[in-house]
Amino acid sequence: MTGEALLEVEDLTVRLRTARGIRRAVDGVSFAIREGEILGVAGESGSGKTITALALLGLLPLGARTSGSVRFAGTDLLTLRRRELQKVRGAQVSLVSQDPMTSLHPLLRIEVQMTEHVRAHLGFSQEQARERALEMLAAVRIPDPEQALASHPHQFSGGMRQRIAIAMALACEPRLLIADEPTTALDVTVQAGILALLDRLRRERGVSVLFITHDLGVLSSVADRICVLYGGRVAEHGATSVVLGTPRHPYTDGLMRALPGAAVAGAAMTPIAGSPPSLDAMPAGCAFHPRCEWAVATCATRVPALRDVGDGRLLACDVDPLAPVPS
Amino acid sequence: MSADALLELRGVDVAYQRRGHAPVRAVLGASLAVRAGEIVGLVGESGCGKSTLGRAAVGLVAPTSGEVRFSGEVVAPIGRRARPVGVRRLQMVFQDPYASLNPRRKVGEQIADAVRLGSGAGVRADVALARVPELLERVGLSAQIAHRFPHEFSGGQCQRIAIARVLASDPRCIVADEPISALDASAQAQVANLLAAVAQQSGLGLLFISHDLSVVRKIAHRTAVMYLGQIVEVGPTDAVWSEPSHPYTRALVAAIPRPGAGSHLPTELPGDVPDPARPPSGCRFHPRCPVVMDRCRTDDPPVVEVAPGWESLCLRSVARDGP
Repeated sequence: MTGEALLEVEDLTVRLRTARGIRRAVDGVSFAIREGEILGVAGESGSGKTITALALLGLLPLGARTSGSVRFAGTDLLTLRRRELQKVRGAQVSLVSQDPMTSLHPLLRIEVQMTEHVRAHLGFSQEQARERALEMLAAVRIPDPEQALASHPHQFSGGMRQRIAIAMALACEPRLLIADEPTTALDVTVQAGILALLDRLRRERGVSVLFITHDLGVLSSVADRICVLYGGRVAEHGATSVVLGTPRHPYTDGLMRALPGAAVAGAAMTPIAGSPPSLDAMPAGCAFHPRCEWAVATCATRVPALRDVGDGRLLACDVDPLAPVPS
Repeated sequence: MSADALLELRGVDVAYQRRGHAPVRAVLGASLAVRAGEIVGLVGESGCGKSTLGRAAVGLVAPTSGEVRFSGEVVAPIGRRARPVGVRRLQMVFQDPYASLNPRRKVGEQIADAVRLGSGAGVRADVALARVPELLERVGLSAQIAHRFPHEFSGGQCQRIAIARVLASDPRCIVADEPISALDASAQAQVANLLAAVAQQSGLGLLFISHDLSVVRKIAHRTAVMYLGQIVEVGPTDAVWSEPSHPYTRALVAAIPRPGAGSHLPTELPGDVPDPARPPSGCRFHPRCPVVMDRCRTDDPPVVEVAPGWESLCLRSVARDGP
């Protein structure tokens, strides 16, 4: 990546303590996000996508060990002390999670929740913070922001709550928004609204977004680049049109074919056989090989290196699915 | 509605009573039929009443008016007494497989229970257990897992177990309420395909309720679209999807992100689903409708037959010539 990267993650490895020992949940993941760019991180549960997000924010569970580097605007977040990290978190980097009820306090009025961190981070008075909250609620198109500030979370629908959670995450004008499955729990019509909102924020305010989801359909509409994770490693990484246009990792290809594409009706979806591996039973060699149609004998023993295959794409597969394979 | 329907809802209203408030009419005059061997998809946003309709279809909630018939027999709401044997062949698959399976009983025992309860005739416990391996294999699981507990399985596997248990009572019709929305991406396609395959192989009727429109498009023969308690459009899946007649269906279809379509944002439908306790006057969709007319605010929309077997609840809908 060039110097204009806002966030540069290099060789990020996260070891978690499980009941059966220490396991690598994220294994040597690298990516970068530029100003105003939306990077999609795709993968199923257990792919390490959420752990990656939590590692960036220093929110991992106790006992987790992190190595590598996470440079945000020049500073390595992994080396910061708690106090210093707190100044970045919520102010310059903020998080939107899948379930808005986990980021909203059920008993507090929206005004209390939306002004507290603005006062703490930016030193605003309550009046100024309130103004900012109103502005943000209007930006995410909440009708009647005044009324919304006086309400409690349960008075809103799921889509409205997610918009409020995004407004809250944006209140300190962060440069990077980490959105972990922000639309997964929502209806398509509401999802379309959130996607349009994220797209507008990056164009108008230059916000960068790390968009984590298992839904490649969603990513194809908003992401500039896509990083596909499997078993804690990067499987394929490149521009959205390149990765989704001609997937070259069998996992990306499988995810694409499992999608009930809106373009063709009738034909059954082709699911990937099996299920994603758990941390305690990560296959040797390429983690995807037990589910892979293209697997050859060496896949079971050799971990495929992530290599540059031209067209700006990184690929971790020793068997190129575009080439014919003897069966 | 056709005479050969296996499961038939006629003018079903469901209202939830609330203390001190007017009742919420969650379902309003819904009519829908599922024939043997047919997969009917029921789609709509959350809060539109599709789950209530599904629950009414199997007798888990009582309709306030209208009726539900299964093989000609009226489906009475479930009470304390055992269900009539005939109605036991109407079964339901729920959204959360961890909640619908008993965590303290072995998988095989739960399936064997369903074999015994479903038949109505006294089936001996060992005879019922003997059917378990075949049922597990039918849903793509190994017969070896019968002695294990639900928590040992992933969500997709649990949903397969729940489907095996439904199949144990030899159903003729299955109502599946959001059966895949709690599952992983790859498990979603697997379970949707499994349900469709099982229904096709055995000639079952399947009412597949989902907010995931693209899955419904893939597996359903007919699609019904619900908005705020009403079925606003129903017809052959291909027709409803490629040239929807109701403006709400058009908005839903346009909101689906299309994989591989490049930098094309799905179309927004402004506004939220209104509070069902205070529905808008006239057409319930009029405050969000992009093609609203003055009459829509006051007049109830008529049921327009767009083509045979294809109906739309809209003042603007017109009959189309056959293909």
